[in-house]
Amino acid sequence: MKPPSFGYHRPLTVADALAALAESGSDAKVLAGGQSLIPLLNMRLAAPKVLVDINRLGGELDRIEVDDQAVRIGALVRHARLLRPGSPAAALPLLAEATRNVAHPTIRNRGTAVGSLVHADPAAELPAVLLLSGGSVELASVHGTRAVPADQFFVGPLQAALAPGELAVAATFPRPPARSGSAFLEVSRRAGDYALVGVALQVRLDGDGRVASARAAYLSVGPTPVLVDLTDAVTGSTVDWEDAGRLAQSQVEPDDDIHASAAYRRHLVGVLTRRAGQVALARAREASGDA
Amino acid sequence: MTPEPDTRLVGATAVTPGGSATVDRGSGPGTEDLFDITLRVNGVPYPVRVPARRLLSDCLRHDLKLTGTHVGCEHGVCGACTVLLDGEPVRSCLLLAVTVDGQSVTTMEGCRGPDGGLGPVQRAFMECHGLQCGFCTPGFVTTVTAFLAENPNPTEEDAREAIGGNLCRCTGYQNIVRSVLRAAELMRSAEPAGKATVDGVT
Repeated sequence: MKPPSFGYHRPLTVADALAALAESGSDAKVLAGGQSLIPLLNMRLAAPKVLVDINRLGGELDRIEVDDQAVRIGALVRHARLLRPGSPAAALPLLAEATRNVAHPTIRNRGTAVGSLVHADPAAELPAVLLLSGGSVELASVHGTRAVPADQFFVGPLQAALAPGELAVAATFPRPPARSGSAFLEVSRRAGDYALVGVALQVRLDGDGRVASARAAYLSVGPTPVLVDLTDAVTGSTVDWEDAGRLAQSQVEPDDDIHASAAYRRHLVGVLTRRAGQVALARAREASGDA
Repeated sequence: MTPEPDTRLVGATAVTPGGSATVDRGSGPGTEDLFDITLRVNGVPYPVRVPARRLLSDCLRHDLKLTGTHVGCEHGVCGACTVLLDGEPVRSCLLLAVTVDGQSVTTMEGCRGPDGGLGPVQRAFMECHGLQCGFCTPGFVTTVTAFLAENPNPTEEDAREAIGGNLCRCTGYQNIVRSVLRAAELMRSAEPAGKATVDGVT
């Protein structure tokens, strides 16, 4: 249970990192927090020829930037930093709430938010948040940079839309719209385990305090996070989250695995939609001064 | 084989005291590149030569002979190998030693009291019977030491949350929770001198 041998680069600048990645192409993996990659190496489930360790890049990659529109998180920002009191990431309550569900505090001290996106585990929390908020990931290579929107970024289980030679340098999460509220909930067998099912849900109210839209992103119910528009179920004269739950259940196709059956996952989709919907709606009303 | 200048480990030059960042490139089949790094462990600088794939847990145990850190699952689940990296708990089995070159590490051995005897967390575990076989204990002691430094007055619920990432197969956790609360008590009553000593990281 030790990593296989690999060539090792530890660049000090982004340019050097991109050069190393360009040279090694698909033989290379990027090491950031390593909380998913190193277990895979230890168990010999991955054997990259070259590791490019970006932990010395600091600077731009270690920053959280907030403006009126969005929060941009650099590739070296570790989960724990998003949860610190006074963190600029507080501008995104949904991101903070989801991050508290990522593994254990010890893992969050080392793992990075962007690394979690790039790892693209269908049971991971942050990909669902990026998808729901309509965010994007910035990819850099020796040829330039591009931003890939979340709905194109998650390609399959553990597969993100990075080409060989590309480095994810930051992720951008748009700030929530006015008169909106959100909630993140998941069910796992033990605290800190991967979620059997999780949901990130956002409700937006119109000027009269009625539900204008409701959308949710589900994790662990498919090969990638699944976005479902619940608006039709909750914009009638009475808001019925049971209806929204049933709508969501009809839109997901979970699989059986050793942790849970597909039927149980579908059941959880209904339960979590109802619970998260109620919480998000209450928060939206609070944000609209209509509590 | 013609020696060629190595440009890959420039980072080590920047962080290693004495600038001893050389790479022994090895030769022949079955050899691999070796990197000279320095870890500051419990306040003591240790220069050490490792292959890039050496886990921090193995570096501590095999290269530095600091066997207080225990290796359980070796994939980040059990928490036995937890050490403090610049004061923060991390899994040493999920870190490459070469990645943390130049940084400060605190292990179980560094959680002792100012007089060299048991530290408050260690003493609390002994008093409250917070261990049986003791295999998981180093991970708990490091985790709890860092936790109490930030939360000197934890509730029982806080204590349970703090140890959520550490597995123990003997105790059933009840006495470990009690140990956390007792350690907090010991640290409060001994302030400021009895504060858990985290060597090299204050």
